[in-house]
Amino acid sequence: MSKKILELQNVSKIYGNLKALADINLSVNAGDWLSIMGPSGSGKTTMINLIGCMDTPSTGSVILDGVDISKENATSLTRIRRDKIGLIFQQFHLISYLTAVENVMVAQYYHSMPDYDEAMEALEKVGLKDRAKHLPAQLSGGEQQRVCIARALINSPQILLGDEPTGNLDEENEGIVVELFRTLHKEGVTIIIVTHDPEVGDVAQRKIILEHGRVIDDIDQTATFK
Amino acid sequence: MENKRKGSRKKMYLKMVTGSLIRRASRLIIAVLAIAIGATILSGLVTIYYDIPEQLGREFRSYGANLIILPRGDSKITRETLNALKNLIGENKIVGMAPYRYHTVKINEQPYIIAGTDLLQAQKNSPFWYIEGEWGNSQAPDEVMTGHAIAETLNLKLGDSFMIQGVKYGEQAQASGQNLSAIENQKRDSARQNFHKNLKVKGIVSTGGAEEGFIFADIDLLDELVGDSFRADVIECSIIADAVELENLSARIEKEIPELQPRAVRRLTQSQDIVLGKLQALVLLVTVVVLIITVISVYTTMMAMIAERRKEIALKKALGAENKLVMGELLGEGVLLGLVGGALGVFLGFEFALQVSLNVFGRAINFQPLLIPVTIAIFIFITVAASIIPVRKVMDIHPAIVLKGE
Repeated sequence: MSKKILELQNVSKIYGNLKALADINLSVNAGDWLSIMGPSGSGKTTMINLIGCMDTPSTGSVILDGVDISKENATSLTRIRRDKIGLIFQQFHLISYLTAVENVMVAQYYHSMPDYDEAMEALEKVGLKDRAKHLPAQLSGGEQQRVCIARALINSPQILLGDEPTGNLDEENEGIVVELFRTLHKEGVTIIIVTHDPEVGDVAQRKIILEHGRVIDDIDQTATFK
Repeated sequence: MENKRKGSRKKMYLKMVTGSLIRRASRLIIAVLAIAIGATILSGLVTIYYDIPEQLGREFRSYGANLIILPRGDSKITRETLNALKNLIGENKIVGMAPYRYHTVKINEQPYIIAGTDLLQAQKNSPFWYIEGEWGNSQAPDEVMTGHAIAETLNLKLGDSFMIQGVKYGEQAQASGQNLSAIENQKRDSARQNFHKNLKVKGIVSTGGAEEGFIFADIDLLDELVGDSFRADVIECSIIADAVELENLSARIEKEIPELQPRAVRRLTQSQDIVLGKLQALVLLVTVVVLIITVISVYTTMMAMIAERRKEIALKKALGAENKLVMGELLGEGVLLGLVGGALGVFLGFEFALQVSLNVFGRAINFQPLLIPVTIAIFIFITVAASIIPVRKVMDIHPAIVLKGE
């Protein structure tokens, strides 16, 4: 049986009068590929912020790799995020004045030590070795997102967390990114993706549907999972 | 291994800091310009501030000697004492140093005073004298300058010759005998140790003062005529110094050359100090205002820069950068901005000071190499200090809010 890497226990997040998440319970095993879906305002982003250590719950516990992060302060959350989470964003968020390889090395720099060869290997893994010296503005959207994935993977995180990772990509690039996720999953990487796109949500091993801050469905897609 | 880690991190830090500035140069050109202009004015004004006493001191020297040296008692000043005085004051401080020897001579049986001096030095001391014709010099000692009053009395014009007669040094000069004729007087004087010499008018001196009643000749000529070695009655000095320096110098002269009595010309030195003080205060005030404007300019630029780069900062924090690391990078950029702007400003500032000096004082100034590190250090400090409050805004940036803010 796989190790439990993430557990949300009775998690609620309240902003003023708005209950963004209400009494969520969820557990994710190491190596799982989970997609979180739901309409706008359903609480997807709030959930990913909690899992990604960028926010803390109002009530309940978020246990990441055996550590309850609910009561941690901002500095401690930053350290945990740095060590355990690899983030992929819809808008890519690459640093405009650094080349592709330097963007990957930035994550290494904040984590431990920049290593050019390792960063090049990560870019090779996402098929961008020959674009390593290009600035983000010289890369297509799909290429930028692949650099973002290489950056997220460079420190071997416990969880690869994607917030609408294909939201800004065309069909072809979406296919390339999904294929990358598939390869990473095979290698044992735990992937949690928030998406609007049913095609991306459906390729995951497990799908969570959120609505009004509650989990209304938890679908095991192992049978259809390739 | 640890060193390699540190080196690699340092390299990445520098890459991020320089990359941000070089690859975003168009955005930062305003910041560099603001710092460079501030540094230009600061280094320029500092150069002028320290050069004003020198420059203005020389300007004030054209108003005449500011230190009069008299012999103590009835003695005269010898050549050795003059040289000792020169050494004590220092050549670089002396604008002019003119010894004067006064002697009574007769022209057409009327007594006049001839002042033997170093005419070149006298010219340096008194450039404000109006000279009709030219200054005399030691190359043509027979060509002298007469005061305007003498020229008028004797009806002398440029190029005219006149004869002086006198008694040699050590002999008692006597007034013309009241009951003797001019010829008998001449005969009487000839019997004594007398001299006579034909001189030519090379210049006529107008000052509006006592100088108009003197004949100015080369001191060596006068020594020769009176048959004596160098003996000065007074030395007029034009020294580059303020009132305090002049007082100190006077005290040193009295102590080290006791046979001399220095007298500072207070009217001149005090005026010089007042003007200098006011000018330096003005320069200082402008410098402080420029520094404040630079701080405000850098502050607003950094504020704008951080607002513009909120997403980048949020991303770095999302990737695991602690606040102090991100702030360190932004302050590093501040240091680099200060370095580039300051370095640019040093050289532009010197050019600025040079132009001011050439146009106001008509003299070039010396470049002070110490200004390079000092100006750069000041502007790095100013840039970093002005960046601290904007950079602290990093702490308020929440990655979850900013990165989702599309």
